[in-house]
Amino acid sequence: MAELNTGDSGGGKGGKVRSKKQNSKVDLTAMVDLAFLLITFFMLTTTLSKPQSMPLGLPAKDDKETKIPPVKTDQRRTVTVILGGGDQIKWFHGLLATPEPNGAPKTTDYGKNGIRKILLDRVASIPLVMGDKEKGLIVIIKPTKKSTYKNLVDILDEMAICKVPTYAIVNDFTPEENKLAEELNK
Amino acid sequence: MAKLKMSKKAASIDMTAMCDVAFLLLTFFILTATAKQPEPLPVQTPASTVQTKLPETGLATVTVGKNNVGQSVFFGMKDRDIRVATLELMGESRGIKFTEQEVAQFSLIEEFGVPVSGLKQLIAMSNANRNKSGVQPGIPSDSLNNELKDWIMYSRKASIELKDKELDFAIKGDAKQQYPQIKKIMDILQDQKINNFSLVTGLRAKPKTN
Repeated sequence: MAELNTGDSGGGKGGKVRSKKQNSKVDLTAMVDLAFLLITFFMLTTTLSKPQSMPLGLPAKDDKETKIPPVKTDQRRTVTVILGGGDQIKWFHGLLATPEPNGAPKTTDYGKNGIRKILLDRVASIPLVMGDKEKGLIVIIKPTKKSTYKNLVDILDEMAICKVPTYAIVNDFTPEENKLAEELNK
Repeated sequence: MAKLKMSKKAASIDMTAMCDVAFLLLTFFILTATAKQPEPLPVQTPASTVQTKLPETGLATVTVGKNNVGQSVFFGMKDRDIRVATLELMGESRGIKFTEQEVAQFSLIEEFGVPVSGLKQLIAMSNANRNKSGVQPGIPSDSLNNELKDWIMYSRKASIELKDKELDFAIKGDAKQQYPQIKKIMDILQDQKINNFSLVTGLRAKPKTN
């Protein structure tokens, strides 16, 4: 393939015994192939193996001096998501006592057919209901003691995927919510 | 007229130069690739779709995981000079003197999980022994003896002194870790008014939303 014919084919003149001229070229094709393969490998592994990070901003803990008055939000905008054990989610829309239509507490799971569908619907519908583009969905994430770190990352990921405008991690449970959480963690 | 003779071209190309370049690049990539450091506390991070890379410098990581001793918390700083300054501040506060050699050795330790009292012993160990599972019990982080809080505080101080920059923090947790443990670390960070930090995750393909 990659050899040069270094004319040594002529019918030898005379009876002189010539030492055969060795072909001095080496076929480098395979070597180059291998080198490029390795280059590709090292290039990809150096950039791909770096761990990803998920930025997370938490609200400042309120000190005693600078107590921020609790902000009242419209109940039509809030969806509360309680993360339970066993990769289960309990969610409701609006207030627990008086949920919005279709918003009564339900159990679901993570992923495409679970919480994502619910969130995507509401991301689209809530600004219409409120009649204001700025007033989108607010998700309140409440992880219970049984939930895992993976659950937390998963739900934050869902927030990013569904482009939820506002979300917060809240660690306080009302007694009613506690009851729901216990139901989930049974 | 003379016949036009097609000059017989050799079918092969001289590959020497190409080979040279290829190997030069190969050498470059091998040398710049940093070998993966063995972690004293290996954790399985959960996957997410975010694409932000973790910064290489100016970062401290709090690793939460389980080893054969039980739940443990490890602390690591990316920059060597910050490691040195933090160790000195930490030693001062506990009345422990570290020799120059010990400080130099410590600056090579990427991540550790021992109480301050066991630090000298850890530094004296060989690299291979240090990363064995169970050798490092984790940094005490409960309310009685919260050394993790001090490490975080002194590393921030060191970063501000050396680089005039706030240190970034990242929490690296095992996917199966229960939420209360993670919350405890978040609380320790928030107690020092660190409200923005990162969660270390693996990579997952972005799903289609439409």
